[in-house]
Amino acid sequence: MSITSVGNNIEDRTPDNQVGQAVELSSDKQGVSDARSAELKSTPSLLERLSALQLQSFFVGALSLLVGIFIWHLATKYNFNYFINFENVPSPVKVGGSFITHLGDPEFYIHIAVSIRRILIAYSIAVVLGVITGVIVGRSKLARAAVLPYIEIVRPIPAVAWIPLAILMWPTEESSIVYITFLGALFPIILNTLHGVDQTPDVLIRAARSLGASKFAVFYHVVLPAALPSIAAGLAIGMGISWFSLLAGEIISGQYGIGYFTWNAYSLINYPDIVVGMLIIGGLGTLSTYLIKLMMKPALRWKEKQR
Amino acid sequence: MSADVISMYKNKTKQNKGQDKQGRIDIQGVSIVFGSGADENVAVKETSLVINPGEFVCILGPSGCGKSTLLNSVAGYVTPSSGQVLVDDEKITNPGPDRGMVFQQYSLFPWKTVLDNIAFGPKLAGCSPDECSSIANTFLAMIGLTKIADSFPGELSGGMQQRVGIARALANYPRVLLMDEPFGALDAQTRIMMQESLLNIWSEFGITVLFVTHDVDEAIFLADRILVMSASPGSVIADLKVDLERPRKPEMATSEEFVKLKKQCLGYIRAESLKAFEQIEA
Repeated sequence: MSITSVGNNIEDRTPDNQVGQAVELSSDKQGVSDARSAELKSTPSLLERLSALQLQSFFVGALSLLVGIFIWHLATKYNFNYFINFENVPSPVKVGGSFITHLGDPEFYIHIAVSIRRILIAYSIAVVLGVITGVIVGRSKLARAAVLPYIEIVRPIPAVAWIPLAILMWPTEESSIVYITFLGALFPIILNTLHGVDQTPDVLIRAARSLGASKFAVFYHVVLPAALPSIAAGLAIGMGISWFSLLAGEIISGQYGIGYFTWNAYSLINYPDIVVGMLIIGGLGTLSTYLIKLMMKPALRWKEKQR
Repeated sequence: MSADVISMYKNKTKQNKGQDKQGRIDIQGVSIVFGSGADENVAVKETSLVINPGEFVCILGPSGCGKSTLLNSVAGYVTPSSGQVLVDDEKITNPGPDRGMVFQQYSLFPWKTVLDNIAFGPKLAGCSPDECSSIANTFLAMIGLTKIADSFPGELSGGMQQRVGIARALANYPRVLLMDEPFGALDAQTRIMMQESLLNIWSEFGITVLFVTHDVDEAIFLADRILVMSASPGSVIADLKVDLERPRKPEMATSEEFVKLKKQCLGYIRAESLKAFEQIEA
């Protein structure tokens, strides 16, 4: 470094040099405010460009879906049968018609409501237990050694494989379905929480301790917020998988639920309803994952603003 | 500069110890050993030194010489294997808000706004929300960054983040300020500005500063005293007084005294680096 060449006032006001500007303590705040207001002025055009981009991707997405439906329509219209057989697949028009008929049928709503209730119960329990377990396992070596083997062994077992045992174990069919749904959501939440806790930068913990933070304060003010982005990802993934597991449970047992509705349609040879059920599942899964992401957004505002 | 911050600081620190001069660091026969058996690594060996209240001391040495480890023992992150560290006659066992710490890596909490970062220490100390934000605002004004109070650290440049880091450490009214290569990651221009800014803050507060660096120019420009450390095992091999007048000016880098000191420091460091180099070769 050469101290000689640098005077106290440097005229170069690129945004990155704002740092230098205010170093003369109070004397040069103007430089900072200039650069800030310039930044603010440029923001609207950035927003416009962003929304134009979003609009574009929305239209491309919609168009792509229409093309897909059209191909589906053609395949069913001309009974496409080459390795994959479309002869018994209902056409989009039939599915649409069947869906509209069901909109006037109260039982259809009961199926949806029952599924949503199961998801809510199972997912809530999974969130509470998953985050707590993940945090404890992440912070305590002893807990990690004790709990990780269970996670490793139980996690790869798919929901469908649990069905027989769940029916034997739980007093009611309802509770066995909720249990299977809960298991599906639990592991991604535990593992992502654990990962987030592990990722907490050590320097932040050290900084907090030198500022007078107790163990609990370090945990509450540093570890938890540092893990939050990863926890949020786990919650979204967990929501997706809980639908997946719920359907497995509902197909085998139960009298209500959208999975039951779908499987029942197959048994009754009501083919359009199979697709209606599938699309409802897809829609609800997407919607609920989106809601989870939306709920986590305010807590992750700092993450978006990172440059 | 904001006279209120300084008077607040002086009042606060007087309350702390009931004496005028404080911030004396007393390192007594400290050895710090990591690992054991064949992996044993003596990071710091039997080091004793005293840093007087209000002094600006740089620990200078090649990388891996244990200078950060020595600083960490004052901060309380590392417990000496033998010997002890005293700050104002209190034995250091843990990190604490009486010793402000500034790190090389950016260490602001990315989920807290700039203001909340600075207010965090006072908040932990039990200040009311109003008190906290008033303290934080005062320190923010001191570093000239009032405009970015509500920004998140991720939006700031490296130099700004480090200034907020210094303000955050000072907001606890510490007795000493410990700095571990705080400007190491900054570009050369920003670095010089930060050094001048730090000297301004230091001269107003009169706080003891222990500053670790491997940059000879930085050490001479900032310090009253330079402690040169040797590598493996780490120990202080020279205690040099810097007789440059204050306030320091960048132009002084060409003065006779500066050049003489620089030669001296480089000589020590070169000899040390050579030794380390030969050890690796052998």
